[in-house]
This record gives sequence, structure tokens and C-alpha cells, in this order.
Amino acid sequence: MFKILGKEFLASQVFRYLIEAPDIARKALPGHFVIIRLDEVGERIPITISDTDPATGTLTFFVQAVGKTSLEMSLMSVGDFILDVVGPLGNPSEIDLFGTVVLVGGGFGIAAIHPIARALTQAGNKTISILGAQTKERVILEEEMKNASTEVHVVTDDGSYGTKGRVTNILQSMIEKEEPIDRVIAIGPLVMMKAVADLTRPYGIATLVSLNPIMIDGTGMCGACRVTVGGEMKFACVDGPEFDGHAVDFEGLLNRLKSYVPEETEAKEKYLQDTGGACRHVETSRAT
Amino acid sequence: MDKKSQPKGNKKPRTSAPEQNPDERKKNFKEVSLGYSPAMAQLEASRCIQCKKPKCVIGCPVRVAIPDFIKQVAEGDFLEAARIIKESNALPAVTGRVCPQEDQCEKHCVIGIKGEPLAIGKLERFVADYERLHREVDVVEIEPSTGKKIAIIGAGPAGLAAAGDLAKWGHEVVIFEALHKPGGVLFYGIPEFRLPKEILEAELDYLKRLGVKIKVNYVIGKIKSLDELMHEDGFNAVFIGTGAGLPYFLDIPGENLNGVYSANEFLTRINLMHAWEFPVFDTPIHNHKTFAVIGGGNTALDAARTALRLPTTEKVMLLYRRSREELPARLEEVEHAEAEGIEFQFLVSPLEVQGAKGWVSEIVCQKMELGELDSSGRKYPHPVKEGPFSLKADALIIALGSGVNPLIAKSASDLKTNTQGHIELADPDINLTSRPGVFAGGDIVTGAATVISAMGAGKSAALGIHRYVMEIKT
Repeated sequence: MFKILGKEFLASQVFRYLIEAPDIARKALPGHFVIIRLDEVGERIPITISDTDPATGTLTFFVQAVGKTSLEMSLMSVGDFILDVVGPLGNPSEIDLFGTVVLVGGGFGIAAIHPIARALTQAGNKTISILGAQTKERVILEEEMKNASTEVHVVTDDGSYGTKGRVTNILQSMIEKEEPIDRVIAIGPLVMMKAVADLTRPYGIATLVSLNPIMIDGTGMCGACRVTVGGEMKFACVDGPEFDGHAVDFEGLLNRLKSYVPEETEAKEKYLQDTGGACRHVETSRAT
Repeated sequence: MDKKSQPKGNKKPRTSAPEQNPDERKKNFKEVSLGYSPAMAQLEASRCIQCKKPKCVIGCPVRVAIPDFIKQVAEGDFLEAARIIKESNALPAVTGRVCPQEDQCEKHCVIGIKGEPLAIGKLERFVADYERLHREVDVVEIEPSTGKKIAIIGAGPAGLAAAGDLAKWGHEVVIFEALHKPGGVLFYGIPEFRLPKEILEAELDYLKRLGVKIKVNYVIGKIKSLDELMHEDGFNAVFIGTGAGLPYFLDIPGENLNGVYSANEFLTRINLMHAWEFPVFDTPIHNHKTFAVIGGGNTALDAARTALRLPTTEKVMLLYRRSREELPARLEEVEHAEAEGIEFQFLVSPLEVQGAKGWVSEIVCQKMELGELDSSGRKYPHPVKEGPFSLKADALIIALGSGVNPLIAKSASDLKTNTQGHIELADPDINLTSRPGVFAGGDIVTGAATVISAMGAGKSAALGIHRYVMEIKT
């Protein structure tokens, strides 16, 4: 049992949780994830660890309330318990002195890129973060990202905040200005990561993407999280979650991510009905 | 036949145990075999001729004192029979159900030379079940505390067997399990209709009563290294029983299509996550109609028979590249599967998975024929001249075994592994690895094998650990 010590509403459907998990907190590094299961009938879902405090034995992660389990979490309160938290899983991000690193965070992906940005900045890199969201309310952790990066750009699809456009527009103009870029790390929706990888490929700029496929055990046993990278089968849980963006078969992964959409929708609708729409409230009113 | 040349042994036929009717059971997840009644057990046990030098015991990887417990069954003292079994086997209700007895104890049974061997497995199961229902207190004695701490990594058959012995000998035992439930393959792999979860839970409770602590959600190699366990947490020895790990795929086109599962994923969804009870349980399994299962081992059969029991399934085919004779699965399971209506397609090897809209639609296959013997002593399958053919299916389950999970070895560079990544033993008799105080056994050492061989390895490691921590010279 893992106690929820803190919970905070951030922006459209995004919540920040502080969880008591001393052993994981001691070991987790930027890029690691945990798998959680809320209760005896719960599913196992992977969540990126955003921050840890070994001294207090806590870890922080973000959840976007979009499916049944995440909606259920959004209704949990401080003092409640999560039945299972297992981790740290996956390989941590490579933190080294690369020079200039561009960190692209799309939507909820900003939460996952934040700890990497902070560690790379601490390691002496010039870190340029590009945060993208559909609209102003969906830009999360802007202050934290400013503190964690040398430079921050914000773009929104509708132009309601920052520059209007896509994260790739900013990256493109940096490349065109021939600013030296030693590495790009992109975390966000699959289409965004693919667009970033497609953009940097002709220039040969090393580009890492963090994949979040369907996963069950998270330790390599089930093979559900397999992705094709450079023509080879890889398991995101033990080989990733970060991979060379230029080698990832995004189309294949996109297809696999769709495999349980009907069941996910069914579970969510049933949950919304069962809870009398308490979660619909979370979904809609706070999304504005 | 004159009297002298007649075989020793009892000519009474083997007592058969009742089973759920195939047409009924293929629609439910309840146990297939219903087990002996006390009268049936006594009748079967009376067939044992109590050999002076029992060969059945040699066939048992954990050396259960088989004739001794059988004698007690014949005499009706079932609890004493249980006590005898538990001296060497901590999980008899499990092994009585999942051991390939026909290749082990029963294979060596003397009365089986001319007649049918004694049903040792079914008797073991009966005794264990009887004890579970009738015993109020455990009679196994626990030796005084030694003050030694043993860490066991992985709560599967190897780890549980090691834990049982070590706890009885007075050591403090902590098992670290990566999943949220202990049992390893006994939980996530073997389906309810072969090994009901409540039986496993009862066996785990017994270990807990012996004082074994089980810590779930704990991935050694990630949350703690071997060094930390031994140097910071004060464990005097470690046993690694992490099992096989990464599932093999076919390396053919189309196996990333939706509807393609490793047997591990498919069985885990059902057994560990209860996907067949979606949406009461959160984890789903897609509603498929026609399954093709690749492989011929027990896991392939478990997957096929599980698929058959899902409500929307219309047909399950099992594709195996050799013939029925070479099937590595237990004969009993093969017969059960046949009776339930699994379509076996022998001498068939998949070439490609074809899809429609991202989902499996057809399996392109090659017909094979058997040729010369290969290194495994089985006839090697070769493609026949005729070209490929297609089988329609909307789901494909790949049950070809698994490779090594790298998590532990990655975190402990001084642990020697072979070219395939299996942990190498410095002393196979006691399952000692290249690192002092670290022992290993089960699939992580041998590659995919049976539950009971893993338990055997766990037990020999337990003896090695006991001698190591007690500084007993041999």
C-alpha cells in the first residue's frame, strides 16, 4: 500500500501526486517509470516518475485523467492508498555533458521531460525547452521548466499563448539559423515525436523519443510493449523507454496503441455511469 | 506365461479420477480434474507393492518418500501421508496437479512395466487437498532460529521451494517478487482450470505460517542490487529464481499486428489480471473468434484451452511444426485439449501474419515433413515441396518459450552468465553461482523447464545456502 501524501490539480485533467514510496524514491532517476495498480480489480498502468525526494521517501508523478483508471485516481484524495506501485522501471535517461540539448515536451509529455531537462542543465548543458500544447490551459509546468532549462519556448496550436504553431516550427527555425544542436529529446504524443524525428533526420541530429506503449508487467515478461526499432523487435520496458527516434517504427506503434480503444472507451463510459458523472465534472469543467 | 516370468506387481487397473465433462468444462474456468475420493485414493494406493528400493523416488526431482506416503494412504491415515510429503515438498497440491509424473516418478514405477503405473500424482494431489480441508494445525516442525537472513528473488516454484526448506531450518526468509502477486508462473501462467488460484493461495499461506515473508512489487536489480541486499540489508545469502523472462517471437512479418500475443501476455491478462471478467476487472482482452496458437508445449496448450473458454471464441487451432508424437506437452493435457475440441494442425509452420486494418486476418503457413534426428533427438521438420497455404484467424498466440530476463545480471556484473544469458553455476550440486553466497536455480539457470525441476533446484540451493550460512563443511 502506498499513501497519497499530496494531490494538486494543475491544468485540464492533469493532476500532480506525491506518493510515499521510500525504496523507489531512493533509486529512481530521470527517465524511470513506475507501474501502478489502484485496487484489486485494477489494471497495471505505467507512469513516468517526475521527481523524487529520498530524504522524505516520496516520489512525484503526474496523471492525466483521460481513461478509467486515471479518472478514478483523479477522485482519490490525500490520505488514500494506491494498492501497488512498482519501480523504478525502464532505463534512466542518459545524463551527460552533450553541449546544447533541445527538449521538446508536448502536452502531458512536459511532465515527463521536466526531470530530464533539470538533470541535463545540472550536468552543464545548454538546455532549450520547447513546450507545446493545444491551447493556453494545457501548457503545464511552465515555471518549473523555466527553472530547469536555460531557455524556454512555448507554442500553442491556437495561438492563445506563446507562439502560434507547432513545436517543430521552433525547432525548424533553430536548425535553419544553424544554431548548434547536439541532441534532441522529444516526449509527447506519438505524432509529435514522429514529426520531430522526421525533422531532425536529414540533419543527422541525434534524437531520442520516449515511448509509452501498452504494458502489463513492465519487467520484460509479457512482450506487450514491443516496438520495432531499426528493424529489430525491442521491449520498451527493458530496452527503453527511450529510443533513437530516427529508427522507431511509429506507424506500427500507433497501430498497437489503438488495439484496446473500444475496451478503454467501454470501461470509461461504464465508470462515468457508475460514479454518476462525478468524473465527467473533472473531464469537462476543469478542461476549460 | 509361467508363474516365474510374471511381473511383480498389482494387475488391478489404475483408478481413474473423475473429470468435468469436456462439453461443460470448455465453457468454464473450473478445474478439469476433480480428484479422488478417499475410497478411490485408498483403492489406488493399495496397488503399490512397496518396493524395497523404490525407483519412483529417483524419478522425483524433490525426492518425495513416495512409498511411505502411499502406505499411509492405503491405511487411511491421510494426514500422516501429508506430513511425509511435506518433509520434502512444500507445495504438494501444486505439484500433484502440474508435474509431468508420467516422465518422472510414474515412469519408474515397477508395476508400470507390464501394467499401468501407480497414479502417484493423483494420490499426492488427493493427500494435499485432504490436508488442506481437514488439518487444523501444521505438524511440520520449525527448527530454532539461526539468526541468518536469506533473500529469495522471485516467488515462483524455485523460490517457494527454497523458502520452504530454509524456513523449516530456522532461517529468516524474505521473498522479493516483481509482480503484485506471488507464485510466478503458477499464478500468471498456469490457468485456473489446471491449478485453481485458491490452491496456490493455500500453499502460500502454509509458507507464511512457516515464517516466510513475501514482499511483492519489488524488482531486484532495479529497486535494490545484490550488493545492497547483502551488504546493506544484512542478508547472509541470496537465491535467484527469477524464471525465464523475455518471450520469444517468431521473427516473421506481421507479428506486431494487433491480435498477436505472446503466450505470456495472453495468459497474464487472463490469469493475473482477470481480463475474462472485464469490465468488472479493468484489464481487457479483445473479443476474438478464431485463435491460432503456435507451439506444442504445456504453455501452448494452456493458452489454447484458455482461449477456448473465452465467451466469443468459436475456434482454436494449435499449429505445431512436428507431429503429435513429438509434442513436448504432457499427454494428459493433449488428451484434455483434444476432448475439448482444440483443432491440432501438425507439421505446420507459420511464415507470415497477414492483417486487415491493423489486425490479424490470416496466418500464412508452410506444410512440413519430418526428416533426420536433430540434436534434441527428435525428427527435424523440413518444408514439403508444395507452396504455402493460409489459415484464417483473428488472433495469434505465440508460445515458443522465452529467453533470459536481463534485469538481475545487468545489475550485478560479477555474476557469470553463459552466451545465452543464463546464470552459470560454479557448483551445480548446490546451485552456487560464481559469486559467494549467491545461489540460483530454475529457468534462469536452465532455460524454460518444468515447475518441479525448478522446485528441485530450489531445494538443492536451499541445502547449499544452509551449509554456507551455517559454515558447514562437506
